[in-house]
Amino acid sequence: MQISMDFGVWVAAALTLFIFSFLYKDNPFYKFAEHLFVGVSAGYVVVQQYWQVLWPNLLQPAMTAGTPDRWKFFVGGFFCVLLFARMVPALSWLSRYTIAALIGTFAGLKVTGFAQAEVVEQVRATMVPLWSAADPAGSFNNVILVVGVITTLVFFFFSKEHKGALGATARLGIWYLMVSFGAAYGFTVMSRISLLIGRMQFLLDDWLGIVRF
Amino acid sequence: MAFGTSLEKLDRRWIFLLVALLVLIPLLFPLKLPLAVSGPARHFYEAVEAVPAGSIVVLAGDFDPASGPELLPMTASVVRHLFRKNVRIIALELWEGGPPLVDAALHDIGDELGKKYGVDYVNLGYKSGREAVMPSFGNSFARTFPNDYSGTPVSALPLMAEADNFSKTALFVNISAGYPGTKEWVQQVQGRFAVRMLSGSTAVQAPEIYPYLQAGQVLGLLGGMAGAAEYEKSIGVPGPATKGMDAQSSAHMFIMFLILLGNAIYFSRRRERR
Repeated sequence: MQISMDFGVWVAAALTLFIFSFLYKDNPFYKFAEHLFVGVSAGYVVVQQYWQVLWPNLLQPAMTAGTPDRWKFFVGGFFCVLLFARMVPALSWLSRYTIAALIGTFAGLKVTGFAQAEVVEQVRATMVPLWSAADPAGSFNNVILVVGVITTLVFFFFSKEHKGALGATARLGIWYLMVSFGAAYGFTVMSRISLLIGRMQFLLDDWLGIVRF
Repeated sequence: MAFGTSLEKLDRRWIFLLVALLVLIPLLFPLKLPLAVSGPARHFYEAVEAVPAGSIVVLAGDFDPASGPELLPMTASVVRHLFRKNVRIIALELWEGGPPLVDAALHDIGDELGKKYGVDYVNLGYKSGREAVMPSFGNSFARTFPNDYSGTPVSALPLMAEADNFSKTALFVNISAGYPGTKEWVQQVQGRFAVRMLSGSTAVQAPEIYPYLQAGQVLGLLGGMAGAAEYEKSIGVPGPATKGMDAQSSAHMFIMFLILLGNAIYFSRRRERR
């Protein structure tokens, strides 16, 4: 056992235990750690945004003589400043131009990327051979896949009442959905337990030095 | 059913305590349960293994300390695997909290294996704009990141002179904790720039990545701490993920037991009501 002499490690260990204390009940130690986290995170983000984004991508090229198409940076900067017009009620309408540009750009980006990756590629991936003598196991997987896609899509078809053959198909779609929810829940449990393991490893290794991971 | 009634009234803090003990005890006294490498993790390993020495790989570390236990081990393993093969790395991060974590992995393992910053690896740091950054980065690395994480102009880094877009790279590895992450990289970059892509993701996000794996948009997948442990096993360097697997398994067994118990009580109550 070799307890850490690093002050930072002790602070991190104390804050970890403060947060864990919430599992017993809400208390001032937990509140302190929670508020500290929010404050430190906000400060960290501001510094990162300034030095990693605003300075190299806007301020530095705008202030450097000889930057190609320097006027573009001033236009970008002007639209950034317009966002702050929201703080003055009489001028808040000016911020809409920047917001409109942001929304338009994002919508355009999202539509093209989504159409290719989520529609074209995913539809193509479901067009698989249902039988191949060389690969019966693969064929079985393909049948499960295609039946799952069709029955799940049928479940989300609401223009006709789910009765008879349509109802039975939709019910099978529900089973597929339930399996996917179960898988998602299992993965979520795994993720949360991993976080607990990570903190335990930190306490046992970095702080107390009982076990080395 | 008195047993069921008493369980229904059980203070949930007892369950928290049991989960904590089930995680703590295997960490202190490992059970050494066997670990098998799954198909998606094997494909991940094989895709990295197939990269020729001297190539350049882009590594996007889109996560922050909150998902460190799952994603730091796989980041470290990927960096070690690539460096061992003499593959060079250009790293970037689209989450504010990511740069110091990825930087530490690159420098620690780079120093250990004798790699030189600027020549063998570069960390471009963080850029805001989320998925808007991705196509811009695909068009030009240097225009999107004029400076690296420490503020050095990328024009001063020899590695950056060799690749300014994905056409000069052999592989793209995304370690992702959510938005923006693997989904967005697939949508904005993978198809548009014909990129060979791998994903390491948190377990929560992994089910959303499987359709991309099935479609071949992503060539390999590491899902959560289990995926990280499988990759550690593949490269022959057991790390914190491998050592956490016993705790993971014991906690999972307990949660499965609770689910079965809860269902048994529910169905017995329903029968009583009838």
